[in-house]
Amino acid sequence: MRPVLRARIPLTLPASRRAFTPSTLRPGIRQPPDSDTVRFPGAVESKFTHELSFHRPQDVPAMPTYRFINAEGVVVDKKSKLDIGKEKALKMYKDMVTASVMDLIMYDSQRQGRISFYMVSAGEEGIAVGSAAALHDEDVIYSQYREQGALMYRGYTLDEFMSQLFANKKDYGKGRNMPVHYMSERLRLFPISSPLATQIPHAVGAAYALKLDNSPNIVMCYFGEGAASEGDFHAALNIAATRDCPVVFLCRNNGYAISTPTLEQYKGDGIASRGIGYGIETIRVDGNDIMAVYAATKAARETASKRQKPVLIEAMSYRVSHHSTSDDSFAYRAKVDVEEWKRRDNPITRFRKWLEANNWWSGDEETALRTQTRKDVLRAFTKAEKESKPAVREIFTDVFKHATPELQEQREELRRIIEAYPEEYDLGEYDGGKAGI
Amino acid sequence: MVPARRCLLSLSSSSSLRPSLAKAFVSASSSPRSYSSPAAPTTKRKLNLPIDLNASSYLAQTPQQALSLPELPDSVKSSKTKRLNLYQAINDGLSTILETDPKSLIFGEDVSFGGVFRCTTTLLDRFGSQRVFNTPLTEQGIMGFAIGLSGSGYTALPEIQFADYLFPAFDQLHNEASKWRYRSGGAESFNSGNLVVRMPCGAVGHGGLYHSQSPEGFFLGMQGVKVVIPRGPIQAKGLLIAAARAGDPIVFMEPKILYRGAIEEVPVGEYELPIGKAEVLQKGKDVTLVSYGTLVYTCEMAAKAAKEKLGVEVEVIDLRTVHPWDKKTVVDSVNKTGRCVVVHEASRTGGIGESVGAEVQERCFLRLEAPVTRITGWDTPMPLVFESLIVPDVARIFDGIKRVIEY
Repeated sequence: MRPVLRARIPLTLPASRRAFTPSTLRPGIRQPPDSDTVRFPGAVESKFTHELSFHRPQDVPAMPTYRFINAEGVVVDKKSKLDIGKEKALKMYKDMVTASVMDLIMYDSQRQGRISFYMVSAGEEGIAVGSAAALHDEDVIYSQYREQGALMYRGYTLDEFMSQLFANKKDYGKGRNMPVHYMSERLRLFPISSPLATQIPHAVGAAYALKLDNSPNIVMCYFGEGAASEGDFHAALNIAATRDCPVVFLCRNNGYAISTPTLEQYKGDGIASRGIGYGIETIRVDGNDIMAVYAATKAARETASKRQKPVLIEAMSYRVSHHSTSDDSFAYRAKVDVEEWKRRDNPITRFRKWLEANNWWSGDEETALRTQTRKDVLRAFTKAEKESKPAVREIFTDVFKHATPELQEQREELRRIIEAYPEEYDLGEYDGGKAGI
Repeated sequence: MVPARRCLLSLSSSSSLRPSLAKAFVSASSSPRSYSSPAAPTTKRKLNLPIDLNASSYLAQTPQQALSLPELPDSVKSSKTKRLNLYQAINDGLSTILETDPKSLIFGEDVSFGGVFRCTTTLLDRFGSQRVFNTPLTEQGIMGFAIGLSGSGYTALPEIQFADYLFPAFDQLHNEASKWRYRSGGAESFNSGNLVVRMPCGAVGHGGLYHSQSPEGFFLGMQGVKVVIPRGPIQAKGLLIAAARAGDPIVFMEPKILYRGAIEEVPVGEYELPIGKAEVLQKGKDVTLVSYGTLVYTCEMAAKAAKEKLGVEVEVIDLRTVHPWDKKTVVDSVNKTGRCVVVHEASRTGGIGESVGAEVQERCFLRLEAPVTRITGWDTPMPLVFESLIVPDVARIFDGIKRVIEY
């Protein structure tokens, strides 16, 4: 319906007015009589064929998965040079370990009812940390919710994680969001929200802003393979391509969207095959190989920054954890499969093998790191748990830039109720208690 | 398929053939080309007569009227005026924003060549294709892209081609734009405060189901977004400039039937009109008539008929901002008149009238002398040939006034 309509309107305009628009200033597409090339405006590079044949997806080989080191930690890409020195490599390793240690502790704390919700990133630490390590500090990050390793690498502190998870008064979101919805203006980590894939077009808008600023920085945008089924994924990649936006899309393809296996998510060759359809340079990498993720992201960042083009990276992994603390994944997959994955390949152990082969890491250091990390996490945990919740008045602030009369009235109404029924409301845990309204 | 195509052909051809589109507005009820059925033979009508916008006292017909508006800044009061229709005033407002805010940009479907309603005409030539550009045909993409720009310090002025096609972007608007500031704890940059989404709305005589909608009622449940509907060129320019600087995401709904129909003297200078404030269009002591957008002119005629036939003095209020709307102005008026009639084109259920009715009932209970009465579109989609029986007309509004007076 609509295309017809839209197409009709311009035709009624006077020709003189149309002459000023760029679309009509383009040279006409003319086709010589014996041309073997299609000159339809919608596909100018296409050749004519006299063979009636459909392009079958099964005839196109699956896109290969790039590896830098193999499962034994041995370098298999002999050509690419990576600028990962000892210091950087150890930071990457430590951040992966810290993310996994924090995950274990916070998962248990949710089970004990001390926080309301949690999502671990087990098996995907390499994707998050490896990609973040390839970014510049001023690059913008939009994430989904399973990228705590990236935030950690960027410099998000354990205190910041814990304040958000406990929704205390130091939480940047003022206790309004569920746990795991992190953000940081200081680190250019855009706020995580629950609706899936909505951040993908945001990232493209942010990338266009960087382009207009003539900035060398780029936007990194994370999402899962399930989120890539949302319309926002389609909209975003298409706009990114048509507007030449400096954005790197990183899809974590971990095989599951909650209970839905990829077989029920899509029928094509993963997410990577779609990038080509949008005219976007694309690579598929082994997400358990932090070096491959790093190498691919670094090259993608270069393309986005220098050539002002979007890039798509599909990082393959396996979600060894439950989807969240509200999910028991053994209801839809066999425990033995998960155990198998855990044993066979893990980004942390794989990278550790490489570090050990370089003599940059030892068993003793491993034990010390894990002990210290656990202590650090628990210290931040205890501190955040003791902190009070934000003041009750924060219910009403930040809806608009300035409170409207309606919101002021409603705040007064809540104050009146609390004063009229003091025994019905325990406000002790909120900052300032009753006075906090 | 065919009617949809013809509706717009006839809309745009009538516009270029007859620059005074007061007639387009009129044609919805009287022209033989209208796709809507007339309610009765025109000759016998006393109430549902053609509305001549060129005679409306709600539009500044002279420069003096335009410049004497109390809300204008002094600098503008001594400036000149230009005779503009609604789309030209929007164009003027947009160009003021682009001139004064180098980080502002306009994008949407077909905006480059000037837009299907000409609102963005010449802007590409003046401000360049980096700042005025077409997007792929995806409303959710346009809205999401706009939010990302806003969060990066740019003023995003996206256009949705028709309000009817806003719905694919509803998730972005409702779950993202409206909640960004809140969920980010009021962070300096993590908000959609620099976002004004413009969209043509309302009946146009022959728009059928998907070129006629007035979806403002949906926004009543969307906290964090403001919704503005101008009634004419002066408002459109001033409210649009204010919206771009307001610091909150704003939905700017433009009654498309007025694009060429509503013409007035518009101050040349830069000025803002207040978001969130209603305007009392005419004083009265017997009934408060609350409306906005296109129907304020129908209200004007109904108020005139009520004065002539019933001797009733109607106070007419234009909400201008429909969400959150100006409770004080309406309540002050109803506390004076004791009667309230709300008029809108959108369906009754879920419309602004429900909100006005409930608030007036709560706030003016002891002063009300009749039930708050709503004159609205019916709870149906907008069928092509029945439009004139759905959009409130002078007779229905007159009847509403009569009912609350006789109650």
